Amino acid sequence: MEFKTFVFYFLSAILVFAGLRVITARNPVHAALFLVLAFFTASGVWVLLQAEFLAMALVLVYVGAVMVLFLFVVMMLDINLDRLREGFWSYLPLGSIIALLMVAEMGMVLGGNYLGFLESGVRQTAADESNVQAVGRLMFTEYVYPFELASVILLVGIVAAVALTQRGRRKNKAVNPSQQVFVKARDRVRVLQMPAEKRD
Amino acid sequence: MVDALQGLLQGLFGSLFPLVWVLLKIVLIIAPLLLAVAYLTFWERKVIGWMQVRIGPNRVGPWGLIQPIADGLKLLLKEVVIPTGANKGVFLIAPMFAFAPALAAWAVVPFNDTLVLANVNASLLYIMSITSIGVYGIILSGWASNSKYAFLGGMRSAAQMISYEVAMGLALVVVLMVSNSLNLGDIVNSQGKGYFAEKGLGFLSWNWLPLLPMFVVYLVSIVAETNRAPFDMAEGESEIVGFHVEYSGMAFAVFFLAEYANMILVSTLASTLFLGGWLSPVGFLPDGILWLFLKISAVLFFFLWIRATFPRYRYDQIMRLGWKVFIPLCLIWLVVVGCWMMSPMNIWK
Repeated sequence: MEFKTFVFYFLSAILVFAGLRVITARNPVHAALFLVLAFFTASGVWVLLQAEFLAMALVLVYVGAVMVLFLFVVMMLDINLDRLREGFWSYLPLGSIIALLMVAEMGMVLGGNYLGFLESGVRQTAADESNVQAVGRLMFTEYVYPFELASVILLVGIVAAVALTQRGRRKNKAVNPSQQVFVKARDRVRVLQMPAEKRD
Repeated sequence: MVDALQGLLQGLFGSLFPLVWVLLKIVLIIAPLLLAVAYLTFWERKVIGWMQVRIGPNRVGPWGLIQPIADGLKLLLKEVVIPTGANKGVFLIAPMFAFAPALAAWAVVPFNDTLVLANVNASLLYIMSITSIGVYGIILSGWASNSKYAFLGGMRSAAQMISYEVAMGLALVVVLMVSNSLNLGDIVNSQGKGYFAEKGLGFLSWNWLPLLPMFVVYLVSIVAETNRAPFDMAEGESEIVGFHVEYSGMAFAVFFLAEYANMILVSTLASTLFLGGWLSPVGFLPDGILWLFLKISAVLFFFLWIRATFPRYRYDQIMRLGWKVFIPLCLIWLVVVGCWMMSPMNIWK
């Protein structure tokens, strides 16, 4: 067995295991961490395919930024998994239809390529040819309009996110002393009595 | 001598030779790096001591030189306390997440024309993606400690690191634009050309001068990125509780090592990208690895210097500086450099 094949199967085994653990792990943070592992190994497989730009972009964007924000949210939420699992059987038909559709789509793309129905075979590139340069050149010549369109959509997304969370500007930070003088302790502090919680 | 060693190893290991050779090179990079990390802590205490008219550590060994070894041994012998209810696996993985990227990134750092472990085309991209993993160490340690202080501290530090990564990345985009390459070796070589380099004043041709605003942004961002003073929200020794409050012994030491290893890494990057790497500053002296080490030491000294000089920033001021000052500045300078490169006054031909 060639070394490359061994690396491929090694990475694929980890990838499949991590993918399965994403949906079976009970702890949502663990699930998110397995997703990180899945992304990382997927980028390893892409390096094997000589798509080093895509591989590094995957790590940089998804592992380095998206999953971190994802973890932020997952860690903050108090997710009760048992309640999430309640509707499993009623959602199963819809979920399986979507899963079947995705399998069919992948089958068409990958199987068509494998059997030779589609023309685009994976072109082998020379070792010294820079993947990044090739992607950049294509992006700014042939695909310049789709690229610009995508960036405008992202810009709209940014503006929308800012507009949703913007609560108006605070004009100055000066405090009013006369209001400060009349503040009572009970205006600011509320003492709560809570029973101690037991760890589960 | 290298050839003789290569021949000997080839005879000894046969077909496994390339693997052994690469492992040997990795050891040759990592071992001095770890030593440098240990002595950076010593140097920091000495330098800050001198700046504050103190002596600094001087008890262990001659001039206190054994101090970092003694500190390491002390931490090694202490118990790693794992808090009740902590997520044990994640709790112990988190320090590794913080430390590993700082070592892995060295794979593509060029020390001179030929001395580089892996000369890949997209090495700058590789470094950016590998170093972006470091934030997991912080966020996971905060969560896994099962403590609200550590959790809030982790969130705070992680948000800070992500914010400054954006400004840092934009500064790097400008550098790779003028060098027309993502390869660190090519970026250094492109700094050795130009009007001043031909006159024998190479240091004026390096990227720091034509890209001065980006150099400043990068220098400040790397301080924020490594959570160092005056941006040390992660661990204000006396007042702010950070993400590693629950850590002790070797687990804490790994976080500590990661911070210093990261400092050395970003200093090396600053020297490579803006200060001409191994290139000699003047024409009549030869280029060499020694220049790179000198530049790294200078940037590291800058780290220690500002730690002894500036008071700590407030958290909202840090975030304001990152998002509202640096990112717009980078975006504007990106457009300016783009126009400059397209104009007849282009100096990077």
